[in-house]
Amino acid sequence: MAILAALELRGLTRRYGERLALADVTLSLPAGQTLAVLGPNGAGKTTLLRLLATLLRPHGGEVHVLGHALPAEGWAVRGRIGLLGHEPLLYRELSARENLRLHAALHGLTGEERAQELLGAVAMERRADEPLRTLSRGMVQRVAVCRALLHDPELLLLDEPRANLDPAATELVEPLIGRASGRTRVIVSHDPAGVLAEADLVLGLVRGRVAMLAAAGELDGASLAELYR
Amino acid sequence: MSDAAPRHPAPRARAVLLALLRKELRVELRSFEAVPAMSLFSVTTFVLFHFALQRNALSGDLASGVLWVTLLFAAMLGINRLFVADAEQGGFDGFLLSPADRSVLLYSKALTLLAYLLVLELVAVPAFALLLLGPGLWPALPSLLAVLALGDLGVVVIGTLVGALAVRTSVRDLLGPMISLPLLVPVLLCAARATSPVLGAAGVGALPLRWLLTLALYDLVFALITFAVFDFLLED
Repeated sequence: MAILAALELRGLTRRYGERLALADVTLSLPAGQTLAVLGPNGAGKTTLLRLLATLLRPHGGEVHVLGHALPAEGWAVRGRIGLLGHEPLLYRELSARENLRLHAALHGLTGEERAQELLGAVAMERRADEPLRTLSRGMVQRVAVCRALLHDPELLLLDEPRANLDPAATELVEPLIGRASGRTRVIVSHDPAGVLAEADLVLGLVRGRVAMLAAAGELDGASLAELYR
Repeated sequence: MSDAAPRHPAPRARAVLLALLRKELRVELRSFEAVPAMSLFSVTTFVLFHFALQRNALSGDLASGVLWVTLLFAAMLGINRLFVADAEQGGFDGFLLSPADRSVLLYSKALTLLAYLLVLELVAVPAFALLLLGPGLWPALPSLLAVLALGDLGVVVIGTLVGALAVRTSVRDLLGPMISLPLLVPVLLCAARATSPVLGAAGVGALPLRWLLTLALYDLVFALITFAVFDFLLED
């Protein structure tokens, strides 16, 4: 049986004004696998995630996410993507529970079992009714993990997902967003060694262009470090 | 991987609207960023007019002009704050990542701005009557409410449109008033002209239907424009 691709990019290009943020990115990622995106600051990593999340429109090339062409069929994939980025996408004045209730409504979910289960998994039940502005950044990041997973997405887009998390919290979120989650994942990271351990495919970007695209098994730490020179 | 439908049923517009309105209410009640500023601005402005004009009994054109100019400038504060929490805290992206119908965001913002204006007028109109209005408020109130309703509608549709347009820019505090004030001039003109005979010194005059109908037509045109372009404003 043919393995269907969760992501298919052909010549993907994106500009901000005159500046080329992504140029001619072509790759294919089978379902259930993990793509790691590496590169120095300003390489286009976050732009790539926002394009895949339907938050940005491509200016050239083709993008297929979960079998749907973007941006034309963005409506069909929105409920199947979970984005965990630099911003938690949560309201500071609302509590964790209130934020999750809002996102549940946006995704057509009823009942609070899923939110409760996720809050329990990240050990945030006790602080779930306090406004987020009173919580530490690490705690907010844990709530953001719950928000990204609330609708049980097939594709996870993770932009430095462990930022702000202490080792204990990192361990808590691992079953949810790590390889064990069984989801197709795209991970942006600045930790080449860590990424090699959990990626199937590695994309290296430098100034928006593909500098490296290889199976993780074919790479070592030294070759990844070259990207940052 | 499959290209099957999402695992959950599409969100119902009514449930999404209620959730967004609950969020707006909670955020405003906990941050007090919009309505208190609008109300305080209006009362302060009436006090300033009270001393600057050295009169405590305005009527007719002057009363109508002072009331509407103050309400519109106070409304600008609300328009500027309408989308700020969403833009600064990622609420826009959170909404756009969901399969919810995007026009529901328009309805929620329009209803939120309308609620801001209603609370503003609950404070501003009695303050205006107390500090500046010559004729009594009670006889004029039914007609005044009719003009306020149509004026509010104009502010709501233009404010929601401009708020969504300005919030994604880095100069939103400047761009909002720069775009909305010219668009609100016809609302001001029609509302002030319609209010003038209602606040006449010789008693409550008849509402000038010509200005009310012009205002209603202007509201309708901008409501249609806002509905037509709102989704595109949310796009990248």
